[in-house]
Amino acid sequence: MANKVLVLGEVRDGVLRNVTFEAIAAAKQIADGGEVVGVLLGDSVAALASELITYGANRVVTVEHPHLKSYTSDGYSQAFLAVYEQEKPEGIVIGHTSLGKDLSPKLASRLQSGLISDVTEIEGAGDNAVFIRPIYSGKAFEKVKIKDGVVFVTIRPNNIKPLDKNASLTGDVSSVSVDVQNLRTIIKEVVRKASTGVDLSEAKVVVSGGRGVKSAEGFEPLKELANLLGGAVGASRGACDADYCDYSLQIGQTGKVVTPDLYIAAGISGAIQHLAGMSNSKVIVAINKDPDANIFKVADYGIVGDLFEVIPMLIEEFKALKVNS
Amino acid sequence: MNIFVLVKRTFDTEEKIVIANGTIQEDGAEFIINPYDEYAIEEAIQVRDAQGGKVTVVTIGGEDAEKQLRTALAMGADEAVLINTEDDLDELDQYSTATILAEYLKDKEADLILAGNVAIDGGTGQVGPRVADLLGINYVTTITDLEIEGTNVKIVRDIEGDSEIIETSLPLLVTAQQGLNEPRYPSLPGIMKAKKKPLAELELDDLDIDEDDVEIKVETIEIFLPPQKAAGRVLEGELSQQVKELVNLLHSEAKVV
Repeated sequence: MANKVLVLGEVRDGVLRNVTFEAIAAAKQIADGGEVVGVLLGDSVAALASELITYGANRVVTVEHPHLKSYTSDGYSQAFLAVYEQEKPEGIVIGHTSLGKDLSPKLASRLQSGLISDVTEIEGAGDNAVFIRPIYSGKAFEKVKIKDGVVFVTIRPNNIKPLDKNASLTGDVSSVSVDVQNLRTIIKEVVRKASTGVDLSEAKVVVSGGRGVKSAEGFEPLKELANLLGGAVGASRGACDADYCDYSLQIGQTGKVVTPDLYIAAGISGAIQHLAGMSNSKVIVAINKDPDANIFKVADYGIVGDLFEVIPMLIEEFKALKVNS
Repeated sequence: MNIFVLVKRTFDTEEKIVIANGTIQEDGAEFIINPYDEYAIEEAIQVRDAQGGKVTVVTIGGEDAEKQLRTALAMGADEAVLINTEDDLDELDQYSTATILAEYLKDKEADLILAGNVAIDGGTGQVGPRVADLLGINYVTTITDLEIEGTNVKIVRDIEGDSEIIETSLPLLVTAQQGLNEPRYPSLPGIMKAKKKPLAELELDDLDIDEDDVEIKVETIEIFLPPQKAAGRVLEGELSQQVKELVNLLHSEAKVV
């Protein structure tokens, strides 16, 4: 049976995040021929509506209010639930991002519904759709479904393929007016720390360093390589514990779980906790002085050598590749 | 200040996952306090030491979870509560867990509730915010700094590597992110004291919860291991040749750059 599915569009620095387009693709599968409705919340977001439609949303509902300029769980839940009440959908898809992780449990609680978090794959369609998600940080997976009520899922960035953009698609854009009030949280400031401006969770390339990087300065060549490849820098717990970098970069069972197209592990031995956070990456490259390092067991390609020799060479080779292609 | 910490007993991060008969095997596995919950316990102890009050750690589980509660008491928590669902419920999901915790907490007049931002087993991060919503109090997730003055609260939270500086007020639920603090190890005197600290055990009946009210909403169909990844190629030859080959392979074979 065809379902109506809402997708929350997530905007960062004025642009829609990739995970939103992936969420539309996921929603299409749950809708199974039904309608996918994009939802945009913010102080001025209507201009982004057409982009949701070109990626497959049938129409878009916006809520604009000065109190929605920054994300707060109070503001966004009031606005989203107003759209929910109007649309009465059978499904909801949101990105499993910082925002999605914060907002979705509150919405689920309000709706007294189940919520399947951090989905990496969907099997089947419509009412028969089942959802695959990692447990134990990717050491295992579970296949789950919602017993009854709204099919509410958050999807992990970088795992579900978005539909091809089709500029000729059109759809209706409407707005709902919501009196957003009683925000209990005031955002004073956002301090940018992410070094390359690319989110670890969404990065297509992650260059990660471990104890072998030896110092905070040692991360500089890794940053250069990440920048060159349009990726983000990550780290092992060892590197974070040794204060070479911020804990926000940590990848592993405690820390972030990433699934980029390319993961370059430099000077990382490959403890089981670290492997849990990255072993589902599509292609893994290991660079380590120790030929017996555990990381080589999960690497597609390995180089036994000193990362401080290898990384600068890699930077030169990738530069040459860019010039030639 | 009346402080509560929501904790979960989880597999040690060192453990490999073994599946037999469709379930994860627990025999012989080591269990720990979920690492993110340790940050929550540590922060609770620090807030209490600075402001006075009491720290109560709460968990849902079976008899086995008593060990983790004793560890929290040994770290410095004052009281512990085990909500034992072993006899009543076969399965719990985030909805049922949050509902039970909220039923327990609703008349406790908590000023501050702390939890880990995610448990390293199920990994949903839902329970904290759900509990806050059920209690009608505000919540802030993935915090890396907490300052409390009277009922005013200043928080730094991690949002995908950036820091958001937030002002809010008590009562409040926060979930801990790595970097919030350095959890202490229980001291020997702490371990001795913990044996005498109050540890209450409750069942659903004690909380006036009907089994039907906490029936799961998400059903697990199957649990499986990811395909074993075969070890790849370790390149050989001159280092500069290896690097050239690697870039070629990534570009032409793997097609990721």
